Amino acid sequence: MHPQTLYDKLWQQHVVYDQEDGVTLIYIDRHLIHEVTSPQAFAGLYLAKRKPWRIDSMLAVPDHNVPTTVDNSEMDDPISRLQVTTLDQNCQHFGITEFVMSDPRQGIVHVIGPEQGATLPGMTIVCGDSHTSTHGAFGALAFGIGTSEVEHVMVTQCLMQRKSKNMRIWLEGELQIGVTAKDLVLAVIGEIGTAGGSGHAIEFAGPAIESLSMEGRMTVCNMAIEAGARSGMIAVDQVTLDYLNGRPYAPSGELWERAVHSWKQLQSDEGAEFDRETTLDVSALRPQVTWGTSPQMVVGIDDIVPNPAHESDPVIREGMEHALVYMDLEPGTPIKKIDLDLVFIGSCTNGRIEDLRDAAAVARGKQVADNIKQALVVPGSGLVKRQAESEGLHQVFIDAGFEWRNPGCSMCLAMNADRLQPGERCASTSNRNFEGRQGQGGRSHLVSPAMAAAAAIAGHFTDPGRM
Amino acid sequence: MHKFTILEGIVAPLDRANVDTDAIIPKQFLKSIQRTGFGPNLFDEWRYLDHGEPGMDNSVRPLNPDFVLNFPRYNNAKILLARANFGCGSSREHAPWALEDYGFRCLIAPSYADIFFNNCFKNAILPVVLNNKAVGDLFMQVEKQPGYAVRVDLPNQIVTLPDKTTITFEIDAFRKHGLLNGLDEIGLTLEKTEMIKRYEQQRKAEAPWLFG
Ligand code: SF4
Repeated sequence: MHPQTLYDKLWQQHVVYDQEDGVTLIYIDRHLIHEVTSPQAFAGLYLAKRKPWRIDSMLAVPDHNVPTTVDNSEMDDPISRLQVTTLDQNCQHFGITEFVMSDPRQGIVHVIGPEQGATLPGMTIVCGDSHTSTHGAFGALAFGIGTSEVEHVMVTQCLMQRKSKNMRIWLEGELQIGVTAKDLVLAVIGEIGTAGGSGHAIEFAGPAIESLSMEGRMTVCNMAIEAGARSGMIAVDQVTLDYLNGRPYAPSGELWERAVHSWKQLQSDEGAEFDRETTLDVSALRPQVTWGTSPQMVVGIDDIVPNPAHESDPVIREGMEHALVYMDLEPGTPIKKIDLDLVFIGSCTNGRIEDLRDAAAVARGKQVADNIKQALVVPGSGLVKRQAESEGLHQVFIDAGFEWRNPGCSMCLAMNADRLQPGERCASTSNRNFEGRQGQGGRSHLVSPAMAAAAAIAGHFTDPGRM
Repeated sequence: MHKFTILEGIVAPLDRANVDTDAIIPKQFLKSIQRTGFGPNLFDEWRYLDHGEPGMDNSVRPLNPDFVLNFPRYNNAKILLARANFGCGSSREHAPWALEDYGFRCLIAPSYADIFFNNCFKNAILPVVLNNKAVGDLFMQVEKQPGYAVRVDLPNQIVTLPDKTTITFEIDAFRKHGLLNGLDEIGLTLEKTEMIKRYEQQRKAEAPWLFG
């Protein structure tokens, strides 16, 4: 048989019907739902008197709006509250499983899916959220959809799609101490650009990927969308299986054995052809810091803020100039000289247990610098929080002067009360440094959890490997 | 669903690459559970001088005089001219909802982010792709000539400029058909119910762990 890529295999297994015009009806195995992009889809169902096709494929959770302050589990903002109660009501009405705000399993949708084993290899997984690419780390085809498509999947269990092109990013070498999956994916985006993966499904492969934990792999696939690709994916191996074994929604017993047998096929065949291939050696990679308002505006910790005058493309140059004004940075400033006001550790990119361990290892026995107004640690889920507390990580953070919060999206997009004030500068472990993303006029620098913790302690960026 | 056939209108130029969905419609407005009413908050952070929140009376907020959509010459613009990778970032369909609610039914750019591009078609917005050179020329002409309007003809896939020159554009047949006829995609898929059920049965036998 013709050698196939992982993406080809996943696609082919889900074809319900191929139209002549290149559009394919594909079947969706898992539909994750949150409060922001679902209300209008549910409203569509009521309006057309339609019902969900398969409620057992659905899992819902409120995450974007939820407050994270530990002593305030009530929502002050009536508009946010309405969105969350609307989700509760819709799920109740149709009998959809929801981890409500008070449920210990509640958390960011892309953290709880894998944590529960609701994300499995070989699945097609969708959610009305662009970071659905995260789930591709399990050898699944996972991508974000708009609200019209959310409604489409609810009613038909299918989507009309056009196949993407295949792209492989091969990562060679071994990461140095203090350099993490986040640095790796930021470097990839710096290399190929935020539109570099447009129209493609990206498979991340190579020794540097194989040696990552599942948490690290999720961080990488999470940011595939920041490279322009709707989906990122990684082949199944023993690391994948070890992570999933025994999770609540994962199969068990004889079914587990059968599943494992089938999952072992989920990798690109020898000789499979990709439309595009990029190779990057990460052995000399340094911790990364974004300096601008797009994730591709990224440099290493030892570098300086670049000078737009050296850019020949006028559109790119203007973008850089604009970003420097917004970020209030001068070309030539050493990254290590950038002072910070806030630090945010959390999000679906870096809110998992390993991320918190990384950050705690740096923060242990130290103190947050005086110039840092607030340093937040927001676990990705209730279970991550519980695990961290059982390891005593929360005490490490609290002793160092960080705030230990309840799970949610929090300052990743500032839909709840956690946000930057105009002009404030933040080291953030999230995925987007767009203008206003973390609060209007706020300035975001994307970094790894270790770097965020190191920056909180130093008050400016510094090499976490040396701390 | 609405249809799109032919549109003639004033072109507003937004001369920035990588315009993201957070800029198109900031997150505080995503708290709405409605599909409509996002137009006044399109590009909110660029368009107004104060900080916008849901429920404000937008008609009394201070406008940013330097933002292009606030220039009187672009009042009533129906077509938005943009640079590469327009609509990058989140999957929020609130972005096309806001563009549509504001009055934009057509976009012209060299490229779009995938999810945003797809979302446009679900809302009868036509995202025309023209090459970099054509888009660059359009930016120059729009800025030179107040009242610059073009005619976008979807059936024939051409953009006609004021001087009657035409530029053809590509669009895939299925999407074109959907826009021209205002199709209900869910209804269309439901016509395939038997096929979906057959697929499900076969899949249940092969991979039972995916069900229940
Ligand atoms: S943590 Fe941030 S990126 Fe992730 S789902 Fe929440 S808002 Fe989106």
